[in-house]
Amino acid sequence: MADPRLNSALEYVFEGFHKGRISAAAATTDWEAQRTLGRAIKEHTIAHLDYYLGQLADNVTGNGGNIFFARDAEEANQYVLGVAKRGNVRTVIKSKSMVSEEMGLNHALEAAGVEAVETDLGEYIIQLAGETPYHIIAPAIHKSKEEVSGLLAAKSGGERMSRAEDLTMQARAQLREVFKRAGMSVTGANFAVAESGSIVLVTNEGNGRMATSAPRIHVAVMGMEKVAPSIADMSILLRILIRSATGQRISSYVTMVNGPRRSDEEDGPEEFHLVVLDNNRSRLLADPAMREALYCIRCGACMNACPVYRKVGGHSYGWVYPGPIGAVVTPALTDLDAGKDLPFASTLCGACREACPVKIDLPRMLLELRAKAVESSGTKAEAAVWRSWRAGMTGRSKFDLAARSARWALRLFARGGWIKRAPPPLRGWTASRDFPLPAGRSLRARFKRRKPERGK
Amino acid sequence: MSESMGAKWRPKRVSLFSTCLVDQFYPEVGESVVRMLERLGVEVDFPEGQTCCGQPAFNSGYLEDARAVARRFLDVFDGEHPIVVPSGSCCAMVRNFYAELFHDEPETLERAAQVSARLYEFSEFLVDVIGRADAGGRMDCSAAYHQCCHLLREIGVDAQPKALLSGISGMELRRLERAEVCCGFGGTFSVKMSDISTAMLDEKLDNVEASGADVLIAGDAGCIMHMAGGLRRRGSDIRVAHLAQVLDESGGGPAAARPGSRPA
Repeated sequence: MADPRLNSALEYVFEGFHKGRISAAAATTDWEAQRTLGRAIKEHTIAHLDYYLGQLADNVTGNGGNIFFARDAEEANQYVLGVAKRGNVRTVIKSKSMVSEEMGLNHALEAAGVEAVETDLGEYIIQLAGETPYHIIAPAIHKSKEEVSGLLAAKSGGERMSRAEDLTMQARAQLREVFKRAGMSVTGANFAVAESGSIVLVTNEGNGRMATSAPRIHVAVMGMEKVAPSIADMSILLRILIRSATGQRISSYVTMVNGPRRSDEEDGPEEFHLVVLDNNRSRLLADPAMREALYCIRCGACMNACPVYRKVGGHSYGWVYPGPIGAVVTPALTDLDAGKDLPFASTLCGACREACPVKIDLPRMLLELRAKAVESSGTKAEAAVWRSWRAGMTGRSKFDLAARSARWALRLFARGGWIKRAPPPLRGWTASRDFPLPAGRSLRARFKRRKPERGK
Repeated sequence: MSESMGAKWRPKRVSLFSTCLVDQFYPEVGESVVRMLERLGVEVDFPEGQTCCGQPAFNSGYLEDARAVARRFLDVFDGEHPIVVPSGSCCAMVRNFYAELFHDEPETLERAAQVSARLYEFSEFLVDVIGRADAGGRMDCSAAYHQCCHLLREIGVDAQPKALLSGISGMELRRLERAEVCCGFGGTFSVKMSDISTAMLDEKLDNVEASGADVLIAGDAGCIMHMAGGLRRRGSDIRVAHLAQVLDESGGGPAAARPGSRPA
């Protein structure tokens, strides 16, 4: 919030995404019906997750690939490292994957002496800067052209470019070298299809296609909620995902991978591995009040719509997933302290639920998490405040007495019916807003003394 | 709107749920609601024991305290008449969130459903129940309408206040950019997360000032308090008013007496 230039640049981008989604929705016949259908598909799949993951496993193996179910990030990283080690891999190229961010995979690879290079342009930029994604669809959206120019020039030791086209070509040249020497790729998966054992990647830069075809080994990592029963179901979800993410009708590339290269095929990897990550998603699955967080298809529409995200930015959420969905999954998937405050950083305005292509009731879950936070770590002082509030609200004479006392106390700070600097707990309000003095007589008192108007 | 223009039902009497904010901070809003209803031929009673719906504690995660206050609300508003409330947020609490609050208390849940079925937000009552989208009179001013979050996105009331406003002659409705975006109030959020709340309010008020309106109209006292407090700090003389106040001040109500208007 401190940098007005950054703030207005971001505002422009988020508003662009937000309006893009709204016009894509308006241009789609039966948009609401498709959201309903998308949600029904997710409800059904998550309710029968064990079945569909089993079917997915059978078909991935049947296609000649390997599947590994990882309980947590550590297990997933160890598996990926094992694959790299057995394949004598020194360089791994990555295509955009939020789950690999969740795993901290780049760190794990580098710690084991394996070079890991992001190939999505935005991810590449934040990797050069040593940062985490600011937005799940547009990870480097907070970086100005000048910053990008500095990062790319420092990487190549060459001159600083200033035009966006030149910067892109510079990054492309740097990445092309890495593509040539990489023995293995790690990608995410927007969907996995149970009936065919395929994974689906949605990209706009073509790096996903390069990553899934050029290296000898391809490892895809995904959260266990990403499975869809059939190609037909996946197509519905794909439609609403892309429109909600960028407002496009279809992304530049949609890549389907059906395992390793077959004997009659010219391209493709020799080995294919699919890592399916739990990492506490089972907690969400087991809790009926939180289960719908697993319906998320990671489009980012809730962030673009969220007035809080738009003010605080993507690095304020303490973990890898920002915005409303981050405020819901971070407390559930991690035990981070930062996660405890997140559900309270919302006005419950409902813009996220309205934007969500699968109608996830994010405000309801934020409320649920607030109650859970109070139960597990509420302070005695705050509990006492609410107990006395309750006492004042459960009797009209107590209510009037409390209101009169509050007014009496506040009058000491007021001038002309307004307070410029209130005592705690209202100090936060008057930091930037005047606070009105309560009325001298309540509506109840006024109502008693009035003469009714005559109706006509 | 056409289907709600005709009265479906004309209750003789309603109970007013003023909300705690209107009762204590904006009694004049409550008085405008009462005058409007009476001019439209609806008697109003004020259940004397009323305090709050319980939303502040519910939103803060203190469910037991919220339940105690909500149960009392159900006792106070037990009855047969429709209940009118000049707030989208408090209406949403009872209509949508009591079901969450009492999900494992079947009897209370049933009572909550009965009370909810009788509960109407003010503009919803005027337009959808008694069919009086034409209840406005005359007010010469330029106005902007802020779409309060819970009114718009929790109970889906948007066409009704807009219809009522467009029925006020002399009022020029200005375009308010991003009218549907939250003003940053959010109850205790405004105090606990003051910086974020302020950043949201600043954007809202920049848009309000850019609209060129003299009057900013909204349907919820919390948002009104927030935006009015921010405008006053800016030294702006834009007035913030509740929809009921502008309808009342426009001399609205007895539209049946005005030539060319639709009989009630």
